[in-house]
Amino acid sequence: MEEVRLLKGNEAIALAAIRCGADGYFGYPITPQSEIMETLMAEKPWETTGMVCLQAESEVASIYMVFGGAACGKRVMTSSSSPGVSLMQEGISFLSGADLPALIVNVQRGGPGLGTIQPSQSDYFQATKGGGHGDYHLIVLAPYSVQEMADFVDLAFTLAFRYRMPAMILSDGMIGQMMEKVVLPPFKPRATDQEIEQSCPWALRGKAHSRGQRIASSLELDPAIMEKQNVERQERYALVQEREVRCEEYCCEDAEYLFVAFGSCARLCQKSVELLRAEGIKAGLLRPITLWPFPSRILERYASQVRRMLCVELNSGQMIEDVRLAVNGRVPVVHYGRMGGVVPTPEEIVEELKKSL
Amino acid sequence: MNNNIIAPENLVYQKSSLVKDNVMHYCPGCNHGTVHRMIAEVIEEMGMQDNTLCACPVGCAVFLYKYIDVDTVESAHGRAPAIATAMKRLHPDKLVFTYQGDGDLSAIGAGETLHACNRGENIAIIFINNAIYGMTGGQMSPSTLEGMKTSTCPYGRDVALNGYPMKIANVLAELEGTCYVTRQSVHTAAAVRKTKKAIRKAFENSMAGKGTSIVEIVAACNAGWKMSPHEAHLWLEENMFPFYQLGDIKDK
Repeated sequence: MEEVRLLKGNEAIALAAIRCGADGYFGYPITPQSEIMETLMAEKPWETTGMVCLQAESEVASIYMVFGGAACGKRVMTSSSSPGVSLMQEGISFLSGADLPALIVNVQRGGPGLGTIQPSQSDYFQATKGGGHGDYHLIVLAPYSVQEMADFVDLAFTLAFRYRMPAMILSDGMIGQMMEKVVLPPFKPRATDQEIEQSCPWALRGKAHSRGQRIASSLELDPAIMEKQNVERQERYALVQEREVRCEEYCCEDAEYLFVAFGSCARLCQKSVELLRAEGIKAGLLRPITLWPFPSRILERYASQVRRMLCVELNSGQMIEDVRLAVNGRVPVVHYGRMGGVVPTPEEIVEELKKSL
Repeated sequence: MNNNIIAPENLVYQKSSLVKDNVMHYCPGCNHGTVHRMIAEVIEEMGMQDNTLCACPVGCAVFLYKYIDVDTVESAHGRAPAIATAMKRLHPDKLVFTYQGDGDLSAIGAGETLHACNRGENIAIIFINNAIYGMTGGQMSPSTLEGMKTSTCPYGRDVALNGYPMKIANVLAELEGTCYVTRQSVHTAAAVRKTKKAIRKAFENSMAGKGTSIVEIVAACNAGWKMSPHEAHLWLEENMFPFYQLGDIKDK
């Protein structure tokens, strides 16, 4: 039976993790996402599904606990907020280099530095362009509702395992803290050892002697082999870009003005579209759901249809670079952003669009 | 008397089936190879060859998986205890151990090591202390002795500048989570036998769920110390052992 609850975005992530057969969560407290670990510890999933939950001594330790679990083919995750995710970048690079699937949740707060605990989208570059050292990408999902916080956990794990790469849910303090009605996903059992052996023939299972040694490593000193590994990884990324782009087009068919926004900003822009349409201005919203792979081709189609695109972001203009690359100068693209934890109202966004008319 | 040395009845020693045939990259005179061999032997003698997970370090033992036939994670520098923590918690039935040097364990990985030990993770930590960063060319580590010359303290470790050599095993022994902390060496045949027993005990403790075991091996790095293997082992006895005294520090 469907279970409907009123939940914070952070709580939804935790409950969805238990329900989607996650094997482990390792984390370190940081505002505005601490409810994720708090909810897990209160739920005690180790007594029901057998999911391991552990409070680590740092974000660095958390991400390497995730590495250990991922190397064993387990569905493991961590969550943090911007400064903590910066600390994890070394480990995320190592996971990418070892081609391991994992889930990292970033409930962003304003920065740089210790910044603020209020919402922000200023980690877009870090999330979509790699983040740590080396050539790599994460699959980045941007939820714009509490429902999507719940739904994207299983999706992120599924994609991460399909392409053997880490996935990130890039949320923010607004989506993490706000409460909404959520239909919780149905319970899915954790993968059995046998299922892991079948679906993850690379997973460390401690059986080196009888079926050949398995190594989880990002190290290779021979440049020729290292290049080959990189080429293979980039080919996989190309597949992801071809197959896994997700976005939502809202009132776009006849739009003359297009908002491009993700996550919490997309939520605000949805309302702005309604306000503008009530005034007879044909506005639409294109909401990238996957920030990487970015919906460039879909955006490109609107370049010849709309008069102007307005990127609304809680930052100084990050996603706008990808939008401009997609439309390649064929349509003016302007930026409206707030920083430091300030969230604009739908009315302010409407005014900003009118300014550019 | 049958002089055929290949005849099975004349076999007195055989390498463990867990020791792989790859040529080791270790310098002649290095102690890593000896410790690797004992780990392989203990795993085989315990019948755990199909039930073991290893987290190897960054440092000279970075290629441990090329020499010991166990499923292995090549950790980031210092993070092996965090990796081993998750592997053991997700696979409580497996033997999980880390293999770390002094730079890895007591400098960059001090936090991960301390907290894994404090949680009493049921893992074994094999800790090679040669008072130097071997792989990167002989820099000072936390356990470099006072006055000892390295490439980053070419005039000898000055405690006013660099602080004091760290007896990390003694610190770890203070934690409730550790059940067995011992300091051994492999500079003589007798010492090798004692170290092997210590490794066995550490591995058995882990499987019995008694908490974290640490086997520190005070080792020579003749290449890094810029000595012949023989000189390095004499230096080890004369200088390292008085400060890093051998024997059990904790056995509960």
